[in-house]
Amino acid sequence: MPENIIIPISPEGLLEEVLKMKGSGCRLVQICATRIEEGYEMSYSFGKDLDLYTLRFCIGEDVEIPSVTEIYPASFLYENEIHDLFGVPIKMISLDYQGTLYRTEKKTPFK
Amino acid sequence: MSKRSIVPFGPQHPVLPEPIHLDLVLEDEKVVEAIPSIGFVHRGLEKLVEKKDFNEYVYVAERICGICSFMHGMGYCEAVENIMEVEIPPRAKYLRTIWCEMSRIHSHLLWLGLLADAFGFESLFMETWRMREKVLDMFEYSTGGRVIFSVNKIGGQRKDMDNDMIREFLGVFADMERSLKELVKTFLNNSAVNSRLRDVGFLTKQQAFDLGTVGPFMRSSGISRDTRKLGYAAYPNLEFEPITSEVGDCYARTDVRIREIFQSIDIIRQAAAKIPNGEVAVPVKGFPEGEYFMRVEQPRGEAIYYIKANGTKFLDRMRVRTPTFANLPGMLETLKGCQLADVPILILTIDPCISCTER
Repeated sequence: MPENIIIPISPEGLLEEVLKMKGSGCRLVQICATRIEEGYEMSYSFGKDLDLYTLRFCIGEDVEIPSVTEIYPASFLYENEIHDLFGVPIKMISLDYQGTLYRTEKKTPFK
Repeated sequence: MSKRSIVPFGPQHPVLPEPIHLDLVLEDEKVVEAIPSIGFVHRGLEKLVEKKDFNEYVYVAERICGICSFMHGMGYCEAVENIMEVEIPPRAKYLRTIWCEMSRIHSHLLWLGLLADAFGFESLFMETWRMREKVLDMFEYSTGGRVIFSVNKIGGQRKDMDNDMIREFLGVFADMERSLKELVKTFLNNSAVNSRLRDVGFLTKQQAFDLGTVGPFMRSSGISRDTRKLGYAAYPNLEFEPITSEVGDCYARTDVRIREIFQSIDIIRQAAAKIPNGEVAVPVKGFPEGEYFMRVEQPRGEAIYYIKANGTKFLDRMRVRTPTFANLPGMLETLKGCQLADVPILILTIDPCISCTER
């Protein structure tokens, strides 16, 4: 049975852990945020063959996190989505839409 | 020195009547960069999960997209069933497989028709959609709906197909297979069609991997991965292998999808031969608590359903990563270096579904 596991990490260790995923030959599967009382729960999922590994960490509101687009260029859409819907500030996105990826009536509707 | 200009493509375009916009940076007629814009009609369906009972949300999940509505409903149900450790009856697993493969056939036929329309082959477009119509008729006969079926529920299926109906469907698929073998000769061998598809829009195996592509778009660049191999529904009991091509151009994407239609017919035959009698649903009590990442192979590729539940009837989070969302970076890469005239065909060959993307 393929693996489907969640790996807790610290927010500071994000880039290092993502680099390890890249080094081990994983592809980027998805990035998403979930609203929790204290802020946001971030999930970065990577796949190798049919296995799925999700890096998980929590951040407080308005805490800035680094972009992983330097490591996985395709992550720019996920990161812009999280910024536009949840309001999570993400720095150094390679293609930063500055809040205009989603033309929602209300700013950051999932916040 | 070549002149640089920016040409807007969409959100309203004759070839792709879906709301996606691209700024195409051109040097003379050659595309050097494409910058996408989406989010024109974002519906916020994921947010609705906080206000809908987790059982009712199946109906919302089905409405993410009108082409793969069955698989959206099923993916959501399978995610919740995994959290609640619900084992659905074997017959329900086979029914899910049959309806999934029927969805794949109708989606690929729809795409082939759109492709024919894009390069101006109207009779080929109509012939392909005539064939697709038979699949929609079978959906209507078996579920009562042609677009939204509402046959999935947490714990199994709401409707059954009797064995006579399944036999009748096999007859229709046998006829369809014969007609399709003739029809696809035009897609694969006609010189005019080939001139639009061959050697256009290359994506290498490495690029397909690095850019996180999924589905036929990825498999036509030589990566052999199919989420059905994860073992949901009745797929572990059926024989099939991912269909791939090593070429990675628009022709390869067409070829892979055509072969997938024949494969789906074969999977339906296998499922029909093995489907056991019995119940199609089990009662489900209580509320889900926990989280799960469910993956389903839709016609356009791997879709992710992330569910986080808190033990009440309302879920904390439902997130869908649709295949088109994952394929957009790959599409942008294939556009680099192509001629402006090839852009519509090239975009079409990822089989974009903006309705899914604007969930």
